[in-house]
Amino acid sequence: MDVVANGVGGVLSKSESHPDRAFFRDAVEQLTDRLYSTALRLTRNHADAEDLVADSLALAWTNLSQLDDRQAFAKWVFRILVNTYMSSRRRMRNEARVIVEEASGQPFSIFDKLHQPFLLWWSNPEQELINKLLREDIERALNKLPIEYRAVIVLVEIEGNSYADVAAILDVPIGTVRSRLSRGRSLLQKQLWRQAKAAGILGDTEPEHNT
Amino acid sequence: MSNGSDHFDDIDCRLVIADLFPYLDNEVDAEKRSLIERHLNGCQGCHARAEFERALRSKVQQLGGSKAPPSLRRRIAAMLNRK
Repeated sequence: MDVVANGVGGVLSKSESHPDRAFFRDAVEQLTDRLYSTALRLTRNHADAEDLVADSLALAWTNLSQLDDRQAFAKWVFRILVNTYMSSRRRMRNEARVIVEEASGQPFSIFDKLHQPFLLWWSNPEQELINKLLREDIERALNKLPIEYRAVIVLVEIEGNSYADVAAILDVPIGTVRSRLSRGRSLLQKQLWRQAKAAGILGDTEPEHNT
Repeated sequence: MSNGSDHFDDIDCRLVIADLFPYLDNEVDAEKRSLIERHLNGCQGCHARAEFERALRSKVQQLGGSKAPPSLRRRIAAMLNRK
């Protein structure tokens, strides 16, 4: 039997290691950018995102034998990524409780705050606000969301996963994905509204009777 | 939340607003999609709301698409060559 040395001084059977390594390498090649993009939105900085992806893939490689269905590799790896991040956050325990409590209030809608039906043809205050929002405004607002809401918005809106796939990744019911999305979007819009107000860019768009 | 256009016979504004995000997420079935699109084509208020949420969603989507740095790809390759 051919053998190859592994890094810790032991040996692996060459016939066992090559097919798994080839599969893993090819599968990960397709996913690396998406994994990094997701990790960046979760961790909010480049160094942590790189560590998160590297650590998650190390875990996945070590536990590859636990994956029954290789068609589900992507979902499985994303689940490891999100779980690894959630576990590290639970150890840190520094969530802002204020934002979580606000999540149980009325849904917030920028459209409802700004839209004026009778001005439709010559004024569009809600679209004017969108036009004024910069990438960093959106990023700052998203970064403020508690992780359970940020994760679903990242996975659905940014990475384009279906509700079913996100439910599998997070290991929660689809109903939980829907409700977290709903609350997450409300929180995101509320945060954008606050930022816009603080920056003074609502001055000429916000109608007096809506303040 | 009335848009003054509750006379559409198939589906009213409240139902469209309630399902607007699942519709934009492509998570409604074909029948509901058809009902919602028909309503949006005829209701200025709901059309404006959908356009706004699409525009905001597009801005959020621009946060994605980051490329993995070469250092990360090297780390992954090294890991696979090691074990």
